[in-house]
Amino acid sequence: MSATPTPSPAHAPDAAPHADGTSALLHAEGLHKTYGSTPALAGADFSIRAGEVVAVMGPSGSGKSTLLHCLAGIVPPDSGRVLYRGRDLSALSDAQRSALRRGDFGFVFQFGQLVPELTCLENAALPVRLAGAGRKQAEAQARQWLERLEVDDIRHHRPGQVSGGQGQRVAVARALAARPSVVFADEPTGALDSLNGERVMQLLTEAARDSGAAVVLVTHEARVAAYSDREIVVRDGKARDMSAMAGVA
Amino acid sequence: MSISHTLLGLLETGPRHGYDLKRAFDERFGHDRPLHYGQVYSTMSRLLKNGLVEVDGIEAGGGPERKRYAITDAGITDVEEWLATPEKPEPYLQSTLYTKLVLALLTDRDASSLLDTQRSEHLRLMRELTRRKTHGDLADQLICDHALFHLEADLRWLETAAARLDKLAKEVRR
Ligand SMILES: Nc1ncnc2c1ncn2[C@@H]1O[C@H](COP(=O)(O)OP(=O)(O)OP(=O)(O)O)[C@@H](O)[C@H]1O
Ligand SMILES: [Mg+2]
Repeated sequence: MSATPTPSPAHAPDAAPHADGTSALLHAEGLHKTYGSTPALAGADFSIRAGEVVAVMGPSGSGKSTLLHCLAGIVPPDSGRVLYRGRDLSALSDAQRSALRRGDFGFVFQFGQLVPELTCLENAALPVRLAGAGRKQAEAQARQWLERLEVDDIRHHRPGQVSGGQGQRVAVARALAARPSVVFADEPTGALDSLNGERVMQLLTEAARDSGAAVVLVTHEARVAAYSDREIVVRDGKARDMSAMAGVA
Repeated sequence: MSISHTLLGLLETGPRHGYDLKRAFDERFGHDRPLHYGQVYSTMSRLLKNGLVEVDGIEAGGGPERKRYAITDAGITDVEEWLATPEKPEPYLQSTLYTKLVLALLTDRDASSLLDTQRSEHLRLMRELTRRKTHGDLADQLICDHALFHLEADLRWLETAAARLDKLAKEVRR
């Protein structure tokens, strides 16, 4: 791998214009997904623009994580499609899709996401290294994010030696270190108390807005969702974009 | 809480006499504050004048409490609009939200969309408070946090109600 970042296929200038003519970064169209006989996702149509923070809300088991996994190209939908910069994710080769997940997407999950054998710094630098950078450059880049997230002091600790809140900040730093265009976060504050959870949200959304990344954030907490620009509500597998709703008369 | 919309919503489930209407209101929504007869009749005469209800029959020997009222099409539209419009988020909304929820179930409307609309409205205000909090000093933060925790409590109550809609519908329609 070369240390010089090369544009991923999805960045190619010939990328088709967005289906509905907007400048959508990510666009979902008629997404359906069934596991065995469980309909996990039964319709999702919406667009997300660059720099937007979108909360995905809804009851437990309604299909929020499934939606996130389809949007990120981790799980293929049974029908419907996801366009990233106008490119259909299902039309990409496996190699192209994983390049996209490494280079263009960042991920934050509720727990168990840091590699226990690596230090916090090595963890945060991992996506940058996977994208092709050398160790020194990757760690220098990762440190900027650890500083920004106020956990640079524990960079030589392993994940088992830090608090839940610190670990979550390292995970956010890791998600942002490779400068992704989209950050996918599934209950990123679920294991934290409310002050720590809010601090992580504040740092995540500020950092994402500064770098122009979109954030897709699954949460059931309204105070966490209040850091978003708008919300998508999933109920019985159906995702609804609530930004079209009328206000108070 | 809007008494006239609540009475109108109750009428949508079927025509009722004035005294019957008061009793239904008190039973469902008047726990700590039953209606006065006077309130019912002044409300009914206003709704009558505005064409939202009509007199459906008068019992023999009739004073005003002997009139039977029925909702008109315009009245149904009025209930529809009230239920579909989210409440301005403010403390102690719970009785209005509860009333709307029960009436939506009683009149076979989509109660979960009512909840989603209200959640959206709450989130709108919560976003504003969160922005203020992020840019403010410690005093601002604490003041905003107080409001945010209250709004969150409203929302959690709505989520809980949403999770029990089917059960509530059965009880309410019994
Ligand atoms: N890999 C899988 N195999 C089988 N069924 C699955 C799988 N993933 C999800 N499901 C089912 O699909 C439905 C939606 O699950 P999903 O994880 O998307 O819900 P969720 O909204 O994220 O819930 P929670 O808030 O509890 O995380 C559930 O009924 C779940 O059991
Ligand atoms: Mg989930």
